[in-house]
Amino acid sequence: MSEAIRLKTPLSDADVEKLKAGDKVLLNGVIYTGRDAAHKRLFDLLQEKKPLPVDLKGQVIYYVGPAPAKPGQVIGSAGPTTSGRMDAYSPKLMEMGLKGMIGKGMRKKEVVEAMKKYKAVYFAATGGAGALLAKAIKKAQVVAYEDLGPEAINRLEVEDFPVIVVNDTQGNDLYDEGMRKYAR
Amino acid sequence: MREVNAKQITEVVKKLCIDANLYLGEDVLAAFDRGEKMEESPVGKEMFQQLKENARIAREEKVAMCQDTGLAVVFVELGQEVHIVGGDFNGAINEGVRQGYQEGYLRKSACHCFSRANTKDNTPAVIHLEIIPGDKVKITVAPKGGGSENMSTVTMLSPSEGVEGIKKRVVDWVKQAGSNPCPPVVVGVGIGGTFEQTALMAKKALLRPLGQKNPDPQLAALEQEILTRVNNLGIGPQGLGGRITAMAVHVEMIPCHIASFPMAVNINCHAHRHKEAVI
Repeated sequence: MSEAIRLKTPLSDADVEKLKAGDKVLLNGVIYTGRDAAHKRLFDLLQEKKPLPVDLKGQVIYYVGPAPAKPGQVIGSAGPTTSGRMDAYSPKLMEMGLKGMIGKGMRKKEVVEAMKKYKAVYFAATGGAGALLAKAIKKAQVVAYEDLGPEAINRLEVEDFPVIVVNDTQGNDLYDEGMRKYAR
Repeated sequence: MREVNAKQITEVVKKLCIDANLYLGEDVLAAFDRGEKMEESPVGKEMFQQLKENARIAREEKVAMCQDTGLAVVFVELGQEVHIVGGDFNGAINEGVRQGYQEGYLRKSACHCFSRANTKDNTPAVIHLEIIPGDKVKITVAPKGGGSENMSTVTMLSPSEGVEGIKKRVVDWVKQAGSNPCPPVVVGVGIGGTFEQTALMAKKALLRPLGQKNPDPQLAALEQEILTRVNNLGIGPQGLGGRITAMAVHVEMIPCHIASFPMAVNINCHAHRHKEAVI
């Protein structure tokens, strides 16, 4: 594996187009949390042609429902949740300018196609390493849907948040490639 | 008759909820060490290193190892000589879960099925009770994350499919789950009984120390064969490709109806969390 690529959010088309499945990336800047319930609300707003609480242009959404912060902590454990549950909503969000998604697990073909069409990428963070990943989160603030508790949308400031590109803008898939390489 | 106060049950459940989520078992840490050595994929090795580092941070800083601190699955073996006093038994367990998830800064992940509104205290717990001889109460708390639980199944096979049918279903199922349940996983397999019993056996199989073989040599051989086949899939740690897709396969079996051949697969993520105590 090559050296990690350091990227600053928000991401441009050029930023994501140079990423290839298998690249290690260290994300810096602002990312937003969002999982099942928040995605449904964002999607419903778009269906009703209403404005979103967050402008998604160039942004990255992290599929996470963090554990509560202990006193003195910025955030509790914060590892990725299974991304497939967001598949129904993701193409629409990419159409609105979303450039990156962070989660774990496979995406549907329609989502991979939307990444090619709208120029976006899907990153995997290490599932189950929530205590470790929380260390890269320097600030956390709820910006929408506080009533959803762990599913609220948070604005996170991250430093060298470690991810791996699974799906790039060319339609490549690291899960497929990795499995083929090691299957017996 | 030995009296056990409901408050004591609450205290024990509370502590087990916290401990299970903060302190990864020695059996799992040893499996991470073995996995890191055996894994051929460089990125797979790195995943094992990250998981070890994650467990260290959780242990030393007393924080949850994973943000998904699960639904609280509670197994109780209640001695028939025990008389519970000072409160109701199920209420005492749920109160322990409530206090443990609050005081341990654990995420509350229980919600209404339709509205998806969070119950805000991680109750109700999932309680499995068994009455056994003696005057002790053994409580095991196994917090179960959603990602791995979603990758589980019950199948009513035809007896004609035989043991090969079992092997094929488990391997196909792990393949289909792919990267979703946070591999390297532990695979629990229940065989026999009825529809609901086989599912419970698959879950109970996950309570065994990681890699401890079934005492029945035939089932131990089946565990090994399925493990080899699963690891030949190439899914690897986190699904990024590699040798170690599962760290262990645990099979439990009981007799079934002459017309039936039920089986269930319950997958645990690499955290393989459970803690027990005896009152």
